[in-house]
Amino acid sequence: MTAHIFTHLDALESESIHIMREVAAECKNPALLFSGGKDSIVMLRLAEKAFRPAKFPFPLVHIDTEHNFPEVIATRDKLAADLGERLIVRSLEDSIKKGTVVLKSDTQSRNVFQSVTLLETITEFGFDACMGGARRDEEKARAKERIFSFRDEFGQWDPKNQRPELWDIYNTRVHPGENIRVFPISNWTEMDIWQYIEREKLEIPDIYYAHEREVIRRNGQLAPVSHLVQPQPGEKVERVTVRFRTVGDITCTCPVESDAKNAHEIIAETATTRITERGATRMDDQTSDASMELRKKEGYF
Amino acid sequence: MNNATQLLRFITAGSVDDGKSTLIGRLLHDSKSIFEDQLSAISKTSEKRGMAAVDLSLLTDGLQAEREQGITIDVAYRYFATPKRKFIIGDTPGHEQYTRNMVTAASTANLVVILVDARKGVLVQTRRHTYLASLVGIPHIVLAVNKMDMVDYSEARFNEICTEYLAFAAQLGLQNITCVPLSALIGDMLVDRGTNLDWYQGTTLMELLENVEIDNDLNTTDFRFPVQWVCRPQTEEFHDFRGFMGRIESGEIAVGEEITVLPGGRTTRIKEIVTYDGNLQRAYAPQSVALTLEDEIDISRGDMFVKSSSNPPGVAKEFEAMLCWLSETPLDKNRKYFVKHTTRTAKCLFSRIDYRVDVNTLEQHPVSVLNMNDIARVALKVQQPLVIDHYLIDHGTGSFIVIDEATNNTVAAGMIV
Repeated sequence: MTAHIFTHLDALESESIHIMREVAAECKNPALLFSGGKDSIVMLRLAEKAFRPAKFPFPLVHIDTEHNFPEVIATRDKLAADLGERLIVRSLEDSIKKGTVVLKSDTQSRNVFQSVTLLETITEFGFDACMGGARRDEEKARAKERIFSFRDEFGQWDPKNQRPELWDIYNTRVHPGENIRVFPISNWTEMDIWQYIEREKLEIPDIYYAHEREVIRRNGQLAPVSHLVQPQPGEKVERVTVRFRTVGDITCTCPVESDAKNAHEIIAETATTRITERGATRMDDQTSDASMELRKKEGYF
Repeated sequence: MNNATQLLRFITAGSVDDGKSTLIGRLLHDSKSIFEDQLSAISKTSEKRGMAAVDLSLLTDGLQAEREQGITIDVAYRYFATPKRKFIIGDTPGHEQYTRNMVTAASTANLVVILVDARKGVLVQTRRHTYLASLVGIPHIVLAVNKMDMVDYSEARFNEICTEYLAFAAQLGLQNITCVPLSALIGDMLVDRGTNLDWYQGTTLMELLENVEIDNDLNTTDFRFPVQWVCRPQTEEFHDFRGFMGRIESGEIAVGEEITVLPGGRTTRIKEIVTYDGNLQRAYAPQSVALTLEDEIDISRGDMFVKSSSNPPGVAKEFEAMLCWLSETPLDKNRKYFVKHTTRTAKCLFSRIDYRVDVNTLEQHPVSVLNMNDIARVALKVQQPLVIDHYLIDHGTGSFIVIDEATNNTVAAGMIV
């Protein structure tokens, strides 16, 4: 900073670093949830800014649905290795084998069941705080969640009984068995994330940029064809130039039509888009006006 | 939108019928921050409820219980941006838990928009909102005289309300107040000037939000750096590295400058200002940095660096504060609590409740107990010394929260006087 200019990205970055350092200092056994998606890649850079030249004072944890885009898993593993940080992967398949997750079919979305494996992982390692890359602008229920979000011993969120959060003084105290979810990028928007990716020249999976892909048009969305998503009778497979705005479970994450080949072009597109990030891309959030809230109450992020 | 925009946090205060949600909805709508899928969802709900037009207030109702009951429970945060600034709105409901919610949202705000209905003028709740804004020290206040369409856009009525309000605000010692006439329903003077208020020469609400000067909202003179985390990599390359990490709460610091480490009192000089993006010669609030020092001093989380040349802060185990009680369980003077102040947490006792402030009349009443939403002046004793400033001089080092030892809940917000 040569001149004393403090931009909105500087303000957001400093706030996020401050939050991560509070977690490191006050929580006994924290973890950073890292999926290889764009928001968690931003979280990783913020952790570098918060703790280098030392190692992170927490491991990276991924709850793998095994319904992932291979490009995302490749990026996950590469970034963790490049940074030399410890990555713990726990799979939904483990919960299925144990019988704690029972699926109706192999092609069903697994997002909702991630909570089960996450809670099992929290118990296995005794984590008292999990940092995640959720943002308040993503969804109505998230808009009311605290940065330090307290969970009871069942991992559940009670939206009517949240701790007030004043200034930047965070209450991190929990009883044994309880834990907190911490959202250091709560105040970031989709636009801020892309501006930060551009500013920091962050490496993200290719599927966030325009590419040709086989898709099926379903309910106004573009369902990506994969081994889990195949055309139904009467449906047509098309090749379309698309990019993903979010990445999650491969069975319910849809790309949008776009020619944006880099962060700069995506910023221009984001500035003019008229559909929300999740509205365009997530089939599972559209089942009801309150689907995210219900999942969060069950222990979801 | 470019990367060099500033961040402004603001809140709106008004009672249920002042059109607060409509105003927020209008700002989002007219600045093109509402997405089509959001608009279509609330259009459907408006239709279901038998409303003639789209109810923009539905945009700010987040949780299922609220949508069912048609009320807003808590503080919600909304985001929008214009080419000049990125905005965070702290949206609070206007009913019984109002004091607690407004204080919470106000604690991080640069600016408050206080809404009055042009027909009703300055009411008891207008005074309450203004008192709370002054208590929490929000740097900028906008009086938005809404529903001007209901008073024939009368300049005389607007002037009458402003005069009365400014006289009241002066009693509280408030400055930096701007009055704007507007109609959130029609849209006049929010984002667009409209055609009905031609006699008004001032800025629209949006122009005000985009241009209000916020660089000096933080204390820029008194250097305060609470140590958050001590970085000791203990690797070969950084064998002797000891970086004191934290965020500059106020003021600025440069390499070579002398600092005092409080509460211990030892002095040393800044050797380096380390960041991931390279070392700096000088750093300013609110940057997060790591500082290395010329001398080896025993320093841990909770200590504070201050510049030796600036106004010294207090180092105290007893102090007084204005307290906002946030919990349904009343304050019990026989119990111990925790105080979290900057990066230090200490056990505390309330030794005295001087008085409670009636937020409607500003009268002071002697009390022996504090209930939820009460504002009171109290005296505290803490187990370890805290490095404190007067809240109105330095929000970062003048604020604290109170935590219940048994439940771990946050039960109060304090401002040191």
